[in-house]
Amino acid sequence: MNDMTRVEQGIRIDVRNLEFFYGKTQALKGITVPLYDRKVTAFIGPSGCGKSTLLRVLNRIYELYPNQTAKGEVIFDGENILNGKVDLNLLRARVGMVFQKPTPFPMTIYDNIAFGIKLYERMPKSELDGRVEDALMRAALWSEVKDKLSDSGLSLSGGQQQRLCIARTVATKPEVILLDEPCSALDPISTAKIEELIDELSNDYTIVIVTHNMQQASRASDYTAFMFLGELIEFGATEQIFTAPTNKRTEDYITGRFG
Amino acid sequence: MNSVLYARRRAVNGIFLVLSTAAAAIGIIALVLILYALLKNGVGGLSAAVFTQNTPAPGSAGGLANAIFGSVMMSVVAVIVGTPIGMLAGTWLAEYGRHSQLAFVIRFVNDILLSAPSILIGLFIYELIVVRMGHFSAYAGMAALAVIVIPVVVRTTENMLLLVPNTMREAAASIGAPRSIAIRAITWQAARAGIVTGVLLAVARISGETAPLLFTALNNQFWSADPNAPMASLPIVIYQFANSPYDDWHHLAWAGALLITAAVLALSIGARLIESRQR
Repeated sequence: MNDMTRVEQGIRIDVRNLEFFYGKTQALKGITVPLYDRKVTAFIGPSGCGKSTLLRVLNRIYELYPNQTAKGEVIFDGENILNGKVDLNLLRARVGMVFQKPTPFPMTIYDNIAFGIKLYERMPKSELDGRVEDALMRAALWSEVKDKLSDSGLSLSGGQQQRLCIARTVATKPEVILLDEPCSALDPISTAKIEELIDELSNDYTIVIVTHNMQQASRASDYTAFMFLGELIEFGATEQIFTAPTNKRTEDYITGRFG
Repeated sequence: MNSVLYARRRAVNGIFLVLSTAAAAIGIIALVLILYALLKNGVGGLSAAVFTQNTPAPGSAGGLANAIFGSVMMSVVAVIVGTPIGMLAGTWLAEYGRHSQLAFVIRFVNDILLSAPSILIGLFIYELIVVRMGHFSAYAGMAALAVIVIPVVVRTTENMLLLVPNTMREAAASIGAPRSIAIRAITWQAARAGIVTGVLLAVARISGETAPLLFTALNNQFWSADPNAPMASLPIVIYQFANSPYDDWHHLAWAGALLITAAVLALSIGARLIESRQR
């Protein structure tokens, strides 16, 4: 299969033969997985299987730390983003990320959103206001914070903070959104809100989500990849993975026999 | 349950409690005695003249105006010069160099500078500035105080930045913020209270320094705002007056000591307030 046919199939990011090392310890072994355009792809697997590591390669956030190296290909827009020439800041502006723990910046709710927009765009205040409102709307947070935009982002509850982080990511208009266990620190109601949000966002964005929660993967994703000990064991449509997994280990994991 | 073991544990616990309470009491008693002596002797010496008149010749009336001005001016300039250098160096240590060999060396050297006797810093500036200029000057005093400020600010800036969780840096990077912007807009903000506290502690530290000023700014019996000339300062005046045989000089020395203590106390309280308001 050549590059053109893969793009025609709607692959937004194409991961091929990816290897990853923490120092000398290999954490990912020969991962090949397609991430489809405007679909939700979930990575599941037991702790330490490498799913978060894989996510952290997609925007090269791992490069903040020394001694972490990736080899192989991650093709995004016809370019291997692992090659040294890629501008990391521009890449990360296009591939946004939401983390496990909410990470609001120590500034007002308004500035939390506006900060990212102002990094790459110049616009009059009125337009910026609109963009902030739009982002908060998309993250289903507007009605809760519209009267206290100048309060600190840290004053919000955990679930609100996480939606603020999603709004912040959406506001910069990325093409891909990476979610690293975005609900693991949240209560069921906040979790439900964020899952709805993921569904909503998948109309416009390519979404990759790492989750420990089997139900969440089956509810919220179109494709699921099961990983184990740094290898990709099985990848397929979510329905197929959860109803008719072809690999014994996948079946054992999703039915709760291990992991 | 082994009752012998438990009884032994209770006994050890009791001994430790007594020892640590006693240690705390010794420290606090010493502090209270110092403050008591300071208040008893210092309050009497306080008057409007202290703030309006210059240091007197023995036997005549006077105040500490020139010394207060000199202390404030030299401390302020030292902090203005030392803080940016210290903050940038601390930022480099925490954000850029963190794991490098060079950072390890700088951290080590900074720790030595932090605990270096301040008289050595005075001698260093004496050799570097006073000898070359051929005379004592407030410039040299400011330089010596700035050299004391820098390691304190480097240390606190680095420590406070290290307390900012890495997830904050990841979050900034993940929306495409270049490192310099992320540091200025986010990590510095997150560490602001701590860094301000560090700067205030540096002010407290230099406001009582005597040794480095002896070799640099020296002293000036008259009012002088010329940084190129010797300048009076509270610690030097206290040192000089306390060693003198004159009673009215003693009173002024006590008043000066009280003023420094009150200023440092006010700064510390200010620092705590800023810190608690940020949380």
